[in-house]
Amino acid sequence: MAEGFTAAVELRELSRRCGNVAANAGINLRVEPGTIHGVIGENGAGKSTAMKILYGVMQPDSGDIFIDGKKCVWTSPTDAIAMGVGMVHQHFMLAGPYSALDNILLGAEPRRWGMIDRKRARARLEALASQYGLPVDWDRPIEELPVGIQQRIEILKLLYREARILILDEPTAVLTPQETNDLFCNLKKLRSEGKTILLITHKLREVMAFTDRVTVFRAGKVTGEVQTAQTTPQELASLMVGRKVVLNINVSPASPRPEPAIEIAGLSLAGEGAGSRHSLSNVSLRVNRGEIVGIAGVEGNGQSELLQAMLHPRDARCRTSGTVQFLNEDVTAWEALKIRDLGVAVIPQDRQHEGLLLERPVSESFLLGLQRNPAFSRWGLLNSGNWQAAATRAMKEYDVRPGDLTMPAGRLSGGNQQKLIVAREFQRQPRVLIAAQPTRGVDVGAIEFIHERIVRARDEGAGVLLVSFELDEILALSDRILVMYEGRIVAEFNRGGVSERELGLKMAGS
Amino acid sequence: MRKILQPILAVVLGLTLGLGVTWIAGESPWHVLRILGRGAFGSSYDFGMTLFYATPLIFTGLSVAVAFHAGLFNIGAEGQLTLGALAAAAVGALWPGLPAPLAPVLAGVAAIVAGTCWGAIPGWLRARRGSHEVINTIMLNFVAAGLASYVALYLLKNPDSQNPETRPMGAGYLIHQFGFFGGAPVSAALPLAVGTAFLIWMLLWKTALGFEIRAVGQSESAARVAGIDTGKIRILAMAIAGGLAGLVGIGEVLGNAGKFRLGFSPDYGFLGIAVALLGRNQPLGVVAAALLFGALHKGTADLDMETEHVTRELSLVLQALIILSVSAEGLWSWMKKRGQT
Amino acid sequence: MMMQIFASTLRVSTPLIFAALGGMFSERAGVVNIALEGIMLIGAFGAAVGTLVTHSPWLGAGCGIGAGVMLAAIYGLFVIRLRANQIVAGMAINMLAMGLTPFLCKTLYDVTGSTPAVPISERFQSAPLYLSWGLVLVCWFWMKYTPAGLWVSFAGEHPEALDAAGVRVNRVRWAAVLLSGVLAGMGGASLSIFLSSSFSRNMTAGRGFIALAALIFGKWKPVPTAIACLLFGFTEAVQIRLQGVILWGTEPIPVQFIQILPYIVTVLVLAGFVGHSRAPKALGEPFRRG
Repeated sequence: MAEGFTAAVELRELSRRCGNVAANAGINLRVEPGTIHGVIGENGAGKSTAMKILYGVMQPDSGDIFIDGKKCVWTSPTDAIAMGVGMVHQHFMLAGPYSALDNILLGAEPRRWGMIDRKRARARLEALASQYGLPVDWDRPIEELPVGIQQRIEILKLLYREARILILDEPTAVLTPQETNDLFCNLKKLRSEGKTILLITHKLREVMAFTDRVTVFRAGKVTGEVQTAQTTPQELASLMVGRKVVLNINVSPASPRPEPAIEIAGLSLAGEGAGSRHSLSNVSLRVNRGEIVGIAGVEGNGQSELLQAMLHPRDARCRTSGTVQFLNEDVTAWEALKIRDLGVAVIPQDRQHEGLLLERPVSESFLLGLQRNPAFSRWGLLNSGNWQAAATRAMKEYDVRPGDLTMPAGRLSGGNQQKLIVAREFQRQPRVLIAAQPTRGVDVGAIEFIHERIVRARDEGAGVLLVSFELDEILALSDRILVMYEGRIVAEFNRGGVSERELGLKMAGS
Repeated sequence: MRKILQPILAVVLGLTLGLGVTWIAGESPWHVLRILGRGAFGSSYDFGMTLFYATPLIFTGLSVAVAFHAGLFNIGAEGQLTLGALAAAAVGALWPGLPAPLAPVLAGVAAIVAGTCWGAIPGWLRARRGSHEVINTIMLNFVAAGLASYVALYLLKNPDSQNPETRPMGAGYLIHQFGFFGGAPVSAALPLAVGTAFLIWMLLWKTALGFEIRAVGQSESAARVAGIDTGKIRILAMAIAGGLAGLVGIGEVLGNAGKFRLGFSPDYGFLGIAVALLGRNQPLGVVAAALLFGALHKGTADLDMETEHVTRELSLVLQALIILSVSAEGLWSWMKKRGQT
Repeated sequence: MMMQIFASTLRVSTPLIFAALGGMFSERAGVVNIALEGIMLIGAFGAAVGTLVTHSPWLGAGCGIGAGVMLAAIYGLFVIRLRANQIVAGMAINMLAMGLTPFLCKTLYDVTGSTPAVPISERFQSAPLYLSWGLVLVCWFWMKYTPAGLWVSFAGEHPEALDAAGVRVNRVRWAAVLLSGVLAGMGGASLSIFLSSSFSRNMTAGRGFIALAALIFGKWKPVPTAIACLLFGFTEAVQIRLQGVILWGTEPIPVQFIQILPYIVTVLVLAGFVGHSRAPKALGEPFRRG
């Protein structure tokens, strides 16, 4: 394949260990100049590590980087920038209180008598902005600008530094569909101006629609490099996970009971400040016992705020109006602990930060939230015997490996961490289950296990509210689907009553 | 194993550096070390004084440690213990005639309550107003010092003394002093401190509340999702920390002076940070570290007399160097790496 | 009497302004500076000794600054290089200064209490006062208009962004911490050879913390911080003026309540009861790449 051309970027046999894990083991990657090159793989496949090495934030243990055919060894991002390599990070590198202008010219300030020549910088930026069609309000503090504009500022930052090779790490994770479209229009314009773009993502759709070539990562290795036009999403997916995935789990039809598990009426959260768009406006929903209700939507459309408001209705930062009922009890004025004691199990969205005590032994993460349960404590004193025995039993039943209770929870793999949380939450004999992104970044085996458990909980009479950003998961599990967009419920469908395309349109607000 | 080794190495490193300083000043480190040893352990009186200094350090060390387990930095132990001692002395000065069993209990409760309230303020500010407890506790230390000076100089001034102190309390308030320390004021406060350390160990590791405190300190977000009222736990942890610091007042006022003396504390509150740090926030470790710092404090007291150049402030230098050594995260990870290869 | 208080306000706020500006550099760069108190103390000592030796306040102040920078360098070594907790290390530095100064004093002059008095002709008359206000303007200009000022701001607000922009975060932090050593050292010097005639034990008496409070009160910005220093200096001046004065009744006015005012105000400001003050986002967090 076009070996005669000089590649814009070439990585040869790049390796890097992070702790005990080989984050990259012999990565080979070739990017043709003037193309959009997709780099795809699951979370933890090593994409980000490879890009961090390419950008100079990390150093490889072995292997070489070539830019335009020249071998490069760099010790910091400065070297990479000097060679024309720039990166838009997943979490933007922007300081909220400072102006767009200052954020862009940071580290590359034009000077006049030792002072920053903001006038000159602005003139150059105006020119760049009109050349690429990326208008920005230069003087507003970053925190007052919407996310899409912030990303635009990140791209301008690279253009301002005359980067020829742009790396974008999961650029669409926080964007609305409209903003995503804008982004890709802009990227195409950049490509036509001769820039080379590396797009790191785990979304197949984006890769298929916008890239010229794709490299697939799996478990620290490259499993394939293909021309986008000559591949299919199925082929890419199987390269990503190593076998043909069938996302059709057999879910038996639900037999919902008429008893409500969750009833929410008119739930709202007023946003504060100009920068916050998505709060909650007048959300009402009902989940019956014995059914799974899925909430579909792009990340950041009020899903986490909704869960916060349901679990902490007393807290004025979580709920400004509306009522929450669980199992026919109005809990709006209740403390969180009392709500959970009704039999409300929660699989939190961010398992590392919201589900576990990472530095403490597994047994303590198991106890978290159950410490006042009569089985584990009496008169405020912990019953260590019962607690350890229950933890040992649960580790077996939920196949958490290794089953060592004294190991810090942070050292478990993602899948096992999630199983540990599921094991703990199911100790409550849940009558209500709230599962947010239950399988994000989890291996295939654990996904199936967790899905199966969720369905079983439903069949045993729990009302399940499932929040997921993965359409496939929503479509496979939900008996009813609600779509959230900009803090509202904008549509409702029954199982089988909606196509993926239609759902996607609703999620995009149309 | 490393958990014990690291503090010991830090102490050795700190002492070596500190004695190096005395050597530069032209004093034989060996000579200084001998004075330190004799000053701290040479006689039953010396040892008694070491224990006397260690007692408040156990309380303040526990105070810092409990707050630390909840993810909070209690720099306010100094203010909390000041108000604790002041409250105990105020009870004694206002009702001097109370009889023995009731009087010390009442004064002790007053000390705990005062410390608890003073500790709860920064806890509340952090939990409900989001302002950082480090700055707040530092500021409240100065406020407490100002209040104490006002009370000692105006409200409850001792008319028979030139020193800034409160009126002496009645005889019924004084608690038992042990006889076998040659007159050193080792009182029932010492067993109280050790007993408190045990109770705090029980609290932290054997109760649901202790688990909640530690969970909040480990991961506030996870604790919150688990239904724990993190704000309440933080206020509670700071209140407990304040109460522990307030207990210092018992040993000083009821067990030693019989009144509140302005400036009685040689920064017990700040030293508590060092004690907790060196004791790795474990109650047993706190007791051990408090003994060590008590010994340093007592041992250096004789340096003014017995050496040419070294002063008793050497204890501050030694303590500072020990704290610096134990806190240098990078140093220890570097040594660990060297140890592995 | 008002003029007197006004003049004395200007004088007593001088060391606060120096120290608070020093604190500003360090904290804006993301390094908490509880060590200000200790750096001031060693600066005061260095300046007194330096003046006694050289008979020049300027050279003496230079010695104070040198001592301050040295202590700040130790602080920097621990918090930047060795990633020690900044609060703990800061407290330790304060203790170190409190312990070292009487010790050095005894070694040099064979007394632990204070250094011999510096003759009035060898002391500063008013230079530090003008210098401090000049520096306020310089710092304001510097933070706002120079690249280095921008780097300092980003080192404290978003160090990863600064690193990604190709500037070494820890170098910026080092520079900021050393600069805070210079300024706090000068603050100490103005205490011992401008406001008084010698170094005496613990002569800072919490002024480092007041400077810190002024910094918070002034929202980590040079000009408002200097104004806060004036305010706190005013309470100190009033308190000195009213010491032992009997305005009504038979008892002198309890100056303690004036004394604790700055601290209470700081707590209220931080809690958002009076205005609002937001710390740099990455304040207190060691920076490590990757």
